[in-house]
Amino acid sequence: MALYSEKVMDHFKNPRNVGVIEDADGVGEVGNAKCGDIMKMYIKVKDGVLTDVKFETFGCGSAIASSSMATEMIKGKPLSEALSLTNKAVAEALDGLPAYKMHCSVLAEQAVQAAILDYYQKNNIPYDPAQFKCTHCAHDEEADE
Amino acid sequence: MFVYADNAATTKLSSKACAAYIKTAEETFGNPSSLHSAGQRAKEVLEDCRMRIARILGADAREILFTSGGSESDNQAILSAARAGAKKGKRKIVSTAIEHHAVLHTLEKLKKEGFEIVLLPVGTEGIVRAEDAAREIDENTALVSVMFANNEIGTLQPVEEIGALCKAKGVPFHTDAVQAVGHVPVDVRKIGCDYLALSAHKFHGPKGVGALFIKRGAPLSSLIEGGAQERGKRAGTEDLPAIVAMTVALEEAVAEMGPVTKRLQSLQTELIDGLAKIPHCALNGDRTRRLPGNVSFCFEGIEGESLLLLLDEMGVCASSGSACTSGSLDPSHVLLAIGRVHDVAHGSLRLTLGRETTKEEVLYMIKCVPAVVERLRNMSPVWRDLQEGKRSYIL
Repeated sequence: MALYSEKVMDHFKNPRNVGVIEDADGVGEVGNAKCGDIMKMYIKVKDGVLTDVKFETFGCGSAIASSSMATEMIKGKPLSEALSLTNKAVAEALDGLPAYKMHCSVLAEQAVQAAILDYYQKNNIPYDPAQFKCTHCAHDEEADE
Repeated sequence: MFVYADNAATTKLSSKACAAYIKTAEETFGNPSSLHSAGQRAKEVLEDCRMRIARILGADAREILFTSGGSESDNQAILSAARAGAKKGKRKIVSTAIEHHAVLHTLEKLKKEGFEIVLLPVGTEGIVRAEDAAREIDENTALVSVMFANNEIGTLQPVEEIGALCKAKGVPFHTDAVQAVGHVPVDVRKIGCDYLALSAHKFHGPKGVGALFIKRGAPLSSLIEGGAQERGKRAGTEDLPAIVAMTVALEEAVAEMGPVTKRLQSLQTELIDGLAKIPHCALNGDRTRRLPGNVSFCFEGIEGESLLLLLDEMGVCASSGSACTSGSLDPSHVLLAIGRVHDVAHGSLRLTLGRETTKEEVLYMIKCVPAVVERLRNMSPVWRDLQEGKRSYIL
């Protein structure tokens, strides 16, 4: 049996970058407790590069693994690169997710975008709203402003 | 340590039942419908099983139909009564909000066919009230279907009271007793039911076999057409080895019921008391009016699937009513029915003890569960918000 790949189980059991950044430059929270999934992403940015990333997740195994993998994939990367992270890339890096768990990887993509958006807005940095594909997340309305 | 605490999902086949299965498969392989001696020998064994199961349930052998299990039995009972009711212009069915999907989905199908379906609510204790049933049962009611014991939270329903109500009003009564048979005394005459569903693998029998009790004279139509097996009401060659194993398993379960119940209740109390010490948690369902061995909790700030996966890593097999474990978007309808809000219902855990559960295993779970809950809470943004006062505790 294996509901999840070994990679998913590894990231679930030993999640990377769990925690809080107290003086985060950007914080993004997506999902809601009613649906059983909340991801919160904290980022530190220096010279357009993500110097630190941390996450907290309330959710199933694949939600925790997706957040963990997403933080690994963007840590140390320029914002532009982090913004282009897709849910597909997260799922592939985890050696796949069951079809009905793909939304967990979507949530991870949205959490990254929400945190970067928060950073842009807090620092009055002009941005291209078209870069933020997250149409379902909590920050949707802000992105449209 | 390996702990199997999911006995409400299924139980381990008993060695006696397994031996009986193999013996029958090897020795009594004839088709009970054949005229020759091999067939007639099989027929004798089949009818002997029918009589033994009937005796345990307080029924007559002619009132027992062998099926593939609980789901089929529930489907056949409900559809039979609904079709018979519709012929007399009765198109209302009264049931409960906490039934198993084998019942609920059959009722949904009937709703699409024009039946009025009334699902009685339950209180926070997870038990339906006979008064509520009495109010709904009227001259248009084709069937009342109330489960004997709930599969998720183990609560025992007032089936005898509801059975008496139905009898007084002349309305057929079905009870899904899948979780009860072999675990608590079940007597069809005491319940006063017209139909009763049971499944072998819930009492250490094999999977894929069960039975339906149909009171003499109660309407019965077949789901499967074909040969004349089961008096024309259930076509298909009988799975004799499975039926024999089910019979042996049931007799064994009933013979051991007294001491097993006593032991299970004491383990159950210990486990409930142990887990209740976890902050911000709640037991689901009435504390005493529940199946011996059922322990169901909700823990605030975490999600059930991750809880199950981590417990599994520690060797504990458990179950949850979270949406993620079922593949649906909503958490368990039972937990929602007892008033748990979505946020909390996602964090549910069901541990169902069985006759092989030991005290050491219970102590091990009392050690594992709080550790896993804490670990998940420490990475949960919901838990952080609760602790920092940005969100209010529900439990």
